[in-house]
Formats: sequence, C-alpha cells, structure tokens
Amino acid sequence: MMKDLLAVIMLLGIYSLLSSSFFVVMDAVDVAFTEAAVGAGISTLLMLVAISMTGRSEHPVRHKPLLALAVVFVTGSLLIYGTLDMPYFGSAHAPIHQQVAPRYINDSMQEIGVPNIVTSVLASYRAYDTFGEVVVIFTAGIGVLSLLSWVRRSGYTKDDDSYNQSMHEQHLILRIVTKMMIPFILLFALYVQFHGDFGPGGGFQAGVIFASAIFLYTMLFGMSTARRVISQPFIQILAATGVLLYGSVGVASLLNGKNFFDYSALSSDPVAGQHLGILLIEMGVGLTVTSIMIIIFFNFVSRRNNLPRKENQDI
Amino acid sequence: MLIGLYNYWVVVVLMMVGFYIVIAHGNLIKKIVGLSIFQTSVFIFYISMANVEGGTAPILADGIEQYSNPLPHVLILTAIVVSIATTALALALAIRLKEAYGSIEEEEIQNKDNLDC
Repeated sequence: MMKDLLAVIMLLGIYSLLSSSFFVVMDAVDVAFTEAAVGAGISTLLMLVAISMTGRSEHPVRHKPLLALAVVFVTGSLLIYGTLDMPYFGSAHAPIHQQVAPRYINDSMQEIGVPNIVTSVLASYRAYDTFGEVVVIFTAGIGVLSLLSWVRRSGYTKDDDSYNQSMHEQHLILRIVTKMMIPFILLFALYVQFHGDFGPGGGFQAGVIFASAIFLYTMLFGMSTARRVISQPFIQILAATGVLLYGSVGVASLLNGKNFFDYSALSSDPVAGQHLGILLIEMGVGLTVTSIMIIIFFNFVSRRNNLPRKENQDI
Repeated sequence: MLIGLYNYWVVVVLMMVGFYIVIAHGNLIKKIVGLSIFQTSVFIFYISMANVEGGTAPILADGIEQYSNPLPHVLILTAIVVSIATTALALALAIRLKEAYGSIEEEEIQNKDNLDC
C-alpha cells in the first residue's frame, strides 16, 4: 500500500496514458487524444499542485478494511453476474449497434458533409448534449474560482517576483527549449481545432492542448510573468464568450425558423450551413475549455504562492 | 463461450478497485484518485462496447465497410473533459478543507468538528 501520494499520482498518470493507448486499439482515436492530453497531462499536474498544498503523505489508518472489502466483493460479484446477459465483445449484432449508429454511419456524409463521424455527432446531431457538457465545464470553473480566488495580500509583490526570477534562472536549458517548443504546441492546438472535421480532433482536445502550452510557460517563467500575458479578467470574459458563442448559434437557428442547433438554417445550402455551425460551436467549445483550464490552473498556483513563505518551503 | 465477456470483467475489477479506495481510505486526495480510477473504468466500458470486430475508427473513407460505433466515443470524449473540470473542483475543496482544518484526513476533520460542538 502506497503512503506517498506523489507516487500514487505518478502511477495514476501512467494508468491514464495506458488507457489512452487502449482507446487507440479500440478505434476510438478522438477519445484517446483527449485522454492523453487530459488524463496523463493536465490532471496529473493539477493533482501535484494540490498535494504541494495539502501534504504528500497519507495516514496509515483505514476505516474497517474488511467490511469495505466485503462490500466491494459483493458488489463486484453482482456486477459480474449482471454481465452474463451482455452481448459478446466485438459482436456486430449487439443492440448498441442497431439503433441510431447505422444512421450516423450511413447518412452523415450526405446530411452533414464531414468525414469524421465523431465530430458530426458531437457538434451537430447531439449538439444539445455537448452544450450541456460545456456549461458543466464552465460551472466547474466558476466553482474553482469562488473557492480559491484570493485577494492579493499587500506583502506580495516585488519580493515574490524576484524570488520567482531567481528560481527560474536556474533552469536555463529548460527555459530555452520551452521557448522554442511553445509556438509549435500552440500551432498544433490550432491544427487540431480546425482539422477536427477531417481527422481526430476538435474543440475539446484543442482547448486542452492550448491550455497545456500556457501551463508550461507558467511553470518555467513564473506566475507573475504569465499573469502579464493573460490577465484574470480577460480570461474570465473569454470563458463566458465561448459559452455565449455556442448558445447563440442555437438561438440563430431558432430565429431562422428551424429547431435549436439545426444548422441547416444558417445558410441557403443545408450542408454549407452545417459546416458553418460546426465551425462556430467548435470554436465556442475550444475557447471555453482553454480558458477554464487556465483559470483553474492559475487559481491553484496563486493559492499556493500566497501561502506564507515558510510553509511554502517546508513542502 | 463466456470468455467473450472478458472486457466487462476487466471493467468490473477496475471499478471495484476504485470503489474500495473511495470507501476504505480516509485521505481526500486518495479518494479523488479512487474516483478517477472508477471513472476511467466507465470510459473503458463504453469504448469496449463500441468496438466492432474488424471495424476501423469512425472516420469515413473509401473502401471501408465496417466502422466502430461513433456514439459512445462522443459521449466519452466529452465526459473526459468534464471529469477533469469536476476533479479540479474536488481538489479545490480539498485545499480549502486543508486550510480550514489543517488536515485532509477524514477522521481528523470529524474529530475537530466534534470538539467544536
């Protein structure tokens, strides 16, 4: 049993990376892309920032491990019993493949005109669901903001800046290599954003990759430098703009006499309308995801920087 | 052949590992890690159900007849990004608890609360 939470979190990162390669084997390339960026990258990083504040060792006490084991064993056996009626792995006749999936696979090219079926389902057929997801992400961002945002103490200014500077000057090679890498990471994020119609990619993945470039910059050049590039009010407005853009596309199709998120209303040619709609809502998704990830990370890091210095060094 | 169901069994095992961590450990960060494992097992459940033998990734191309089911992919793709946002919220709560109680062990927090009453 691991007592060191740092090791636990590193193992969780490896587990995420492995599951993302599993998703590639299962033909879910879009999902693998997202899991690699989110699970192995951002979530590991956020957890590391969190344990730097909460302490990295765990108390060895457990609540009634035998009882817990019994509960887990019984639940697991019941679940295994439940799987006995399930269709076999890889079977093409499973009920899941008989309902809406054939329609998406056979007709999406005529109806939407986008080769990547995942994008056309995500952004057009089920745009309503995706809107809900974006709102959930936005809400979680507001939650983190209200829990962690901190009025800057008067003592924190120049002193901490110079402390940051001296710390970062030690890593000269990292700084120079990162400076060269960041433009390419940002460019790749934009490629993923706009190429999502044709290959794996889209707003969710692009948003996460874009944010990770900013994280890298923040880690090597310090919070105060990063704040000069991206200020908190600016990024908050950007997050709200993304959700607003997404919602407005739905309202625009509503005003043109079609259903909510029926993009064929946006242009005289239905397929061109679909293209425009998908482009706009993917942009909204990308904006919101990027800004919420940056808001979360900035607030975590600022919270840590604002701890009294002595505590900071103990950890 | 029952062995054709092995993907579900792997999912059940992973899910139970996550479940055990959530109920048996008192450390809040450990609990969040347990929840992540639980979540990933659900992702694996959906994605393995979407797989069709002999299928390819659901990106339309000439000469390909059999595609995997795109719908579960869509659901899980968005679920992953939502999961990181909710995990961040959970971590933020853990940080605030640490500041308020000086600990993120469930029992110590409860003891402190009992003393205050």
